[in-house]
Amino acid sequence: MNRRGRLIGTLVAVFAALLLQVTVLPLFAWDVGGLGVVPDLVLLVVVATALATDTRFATLTGFWAGLLLDIAPPADHLAGRWALALMVVGYVVGRLVHDNAGDVGAGSRFAREGVRRPPLPLALAAAAGGSFVGTSVFALSGLLLRDAGASIGELLPVALVALLLDVVAALAVVPATLWLLDRSTSDGLPRPAVRPAQRLRVRL
Amino acid sequence: MAIDTRPPSSRPGAPSPVRRTSTSRDPERDSGRPARSLVVALVLACAALMVVDKTGGESSPVDPVRRAVGEVVGPVQAGVSTVVRPLVDLPGALRTNGSLRDDVDRLEAENAGLRNQLAKAGYDEQRLAQLAGLRAVARDSAHALVAARVIAIGPAQSFSSTVTLDAGSDTGLRPDMTVVAAEGLVGRITSVTAHTATVLLIVDDTSSVGGRIGDNLELGFVRGHGTLGTDDRLELELADRNVMPQVGQPVVTWGSEGGSPYIAGIPIGTVGKVYESLRETSYRAVITPGVDFTALDLVGVVVPSGDQHATIEADGSLVP
Repeated sequence: MNRRGRLIGTLVAVFAALLLQVTVLPLFAWDVGGLGVVPDLVLLVVVATALATDTRFATLTGFWAGLLLDIAPPADHLAGRWALALMVVGYVVGRLVHDNAGDVGAGSRFAREGVRRPPLPLALAAAAGGSFVGTSVFALSGLLLRDAGASIGELLPVALVALLLDVVAALAVVPATLWLLDRSTSDGLPRPAVRPAQRLRVRL
Repeated sequence: MAIDTRPPSSRPGAPSPVRRTSTSRDPERDSGRPARSLVVALVLACAALMVVDKTGGESSPVDPVRRAVGEVVGPVQAGVSTVVRPLVDLPGALRTNGSLRDDVDRLEAENAGLRNQLAKAGYDEQRLAQLAGLRAVARDSAHALVAARVIAIGPAQSFSSTVTLDAGSDTGLRPDMTVVAAEGLVGRITSVTAHTATVLLIVDDTSSVGGRIGDNLELGFVRGHGTLGTDDRLELELADRNVMPQVGQPVVTWGSEGGSPYIAGIPIGTVGKVYESLRETSYRAVITPGVDFTALDLVGVVVPSGDQHATIEADGSLVP
């Protein structure tokens, strides 16, 4: 198990997602009530991490990625809000995916391969759920701490549009993150030609 | 418990077959699950961070961290932005010469159109005001009008003040019809062709219009002095020689039999000056015409109500 490679891969993915999210995507933002809503790439990276690795690692990734999102410019909200939100996302997605993996059946793909290479519908469902949970936790923490000026009525359409955009962006971000984790955890050994997923599972 | 039937050679390392074969009920299955204490610690860390940042206010202890991270991330963001923005703009840069030429042509045409509109804006406003005035005249005098435009003004060398309209017998005009503008009486038609009509202005020195002072209904004759551009172009001589016109009194037409050549009640102008004519022992009033005869454009020719060529009906409505 290449823990250092996994850590480096996750760091690269989180940084790249952060940079893309604040520099490139605003050019294509969807305007909702004067706010440009962009896909939450960092959140999707956390979701992908939760899909590909274990819950503990996903929770920690969510915490640190959220903390980075909290203090890296142009963030101006209270520090810790995204950290809490993404930590919850990592934990919830990780728990749901991993705990239910065995319930599908002994001969199923999950049982054979674990959840290291999740099927696309599962990834999209995880992205949608993670987006909803993360945006909700972030918005609710803002309401509780009176950090955000918006009301629930204004937050809801933004959260729904963000959910939609996240699901679309997940089509690209989740496979990219899985590929990056796959590459960063490989140890240079020749890959089995038949079952690459199996090898990935074993190493993680 | 699912049994792993794969050969060991396909599992290099094979560190934990237990995890793969366990169910969610199996405690070994959750080796990757974070300890409860870790989750609680992280949640508490988040909460503590939020509280510290919230209570810190302006001098929050998080601010130095923010600044430090910003010092590192900011330049990277600027670099990514510098690299990416040209790429984002690339589709715009990859347009063909032909499409750019089309754009230039289209924009030039649009520009010309807009310039044209701008140049005509004042003119159009004036014409709109004149049309509105004509409609008011039609409504006030209860006559239908044919709208026409002045297309020519007779030269001063001909010693007659005439203008030409762009409407003629084709639109139902006949000689001895009254021509009005929004401000008042213009003159009467003296001759028509199929598409034009010649109007004798009331300032012509052969023109004599029956007029009355609007305040006291005294009758008189308004005669022209044959000049377009100077003062003293119209003169009112009252029938009752004992009545003295007052400066500022309005003068309107008193009308001819059958409304030809002049209909009744069209304003001509106001009394500007009053002279006493000693020889004739009468008063002579100089009328300031309401119409500016050197700037005539849209005028209306009075036609019988219900005329098929009328463009403005007697109630002021426009006939499409």
